[in-house]
Amino acid sequence: MKLTVNGEDHDLAVTTLAELLAALDFEGDWLATAINGELVHRADRSAHPLNDRDRIEILSPMKGG
Amino acid sequence: MLTLYGQELRSRLLLGTARYPSPAVLEDAVRSSGTEIVTVSLRRETAGGRQGGAFFELIRALGVNVLPNTAGCHSASEAVLTAKMAREVFATNWIKLEVIGHHDTLQPDVFALVEAARILSAEGFEVFPYTTDDLVVAERLVEAGCKVLMPWCAPIGSAMGPQNVPGLRAIRAQFPDIPLIVDAGIGRPSHATTVMELGFDAVLLNTAVAGAVKPALMASAFARAVEAGREAFEAGMLEPRDFAVPSTPVIGKAVFA
Repeated sequence: MKLTVNGEDHDLAVTTLAELLAALDFEGDWLATAINGELVHRADRSAHPLNDRDRIEILSPMKGG
Repeated sequence: MLTLYGQELRSRLLLGTARYPSPAVLEDAVRSSGTEIVTVSLRRETAGGRQGGAFFELIRALGVNVLPNTAGCHSASEAVLTAKMAREVFATNWIKLEVIGHHDTLQPDVFALVEAARILSAEGFEVFPYTTDDLVVAERLVEAGCKVLMPWCAPIGSAMGPQNVPGLRAIRAQFPDIPLIVDAGIGRPSHATTVMELGFDAVLLNTAVAGAVKPALMASAFARAVEAGREAFEAGMLEPRDFAVPSTPVIGKAVFA
């Protein structure tokens, strides 16, 4: 399945957001995720299906003013 | 005592966490500032990366309130989504709402700001909007649900200090019951004292401390400057006069000639 993750193109055999995070070695309780501009809560990641050409954002805490 | 969305605070200084030379220097600066609120942001995590986790741990260890921002957002929808993602990570309804309208001046897009503030307030967020000193915009933000306003005093990172003192006086007079925090443009402690003397409730700054040669020492200087300005405001200051007034009593002075 073709996916765009944080602006980069990937071709991965995954079916859910949780699987995607594991496949790309993301871990930690500090991540926030969105698909196609909509927030996906932490608790919903394993149930959330992915579709071809989905745009996924994975954000984490960073310094800020 | 300052109260922001029900949270009581002793310190009237809010500190940003960006641009410090190292995490250790940031930690020292936060501690010597006495701040109880630090601002943070969200950025893309690299695959397999642990950068965000290390920063998250550092912030949690500081034991202060976290105010996530929507820095870099250029539309209401982008800011709303960023705010929701920040709530997921930081487990707070607080959001420093920034919607940037101009690349060079980093001036807020006040139209999108009001729109985003309305959406977020309706969804239970407690919005701290980064705005200009425009009174009508401030009024709209309050109508949208904001119970705190954060007008700039000069462009972000400019260190220019208060550029429109009459404008700041007007917004203070117009909103006597809304906590007002000057956000952006403060360069030195005297700037912070000036806006606190005008009756502003708090000051938010970042670069003025992070960019100092000794950030922790500067953080301490700002903490005292903010307190001095606040005490002066509460004490009631003299208005300037166009003539001299002798401070020593004239009555009873010896006459030698």
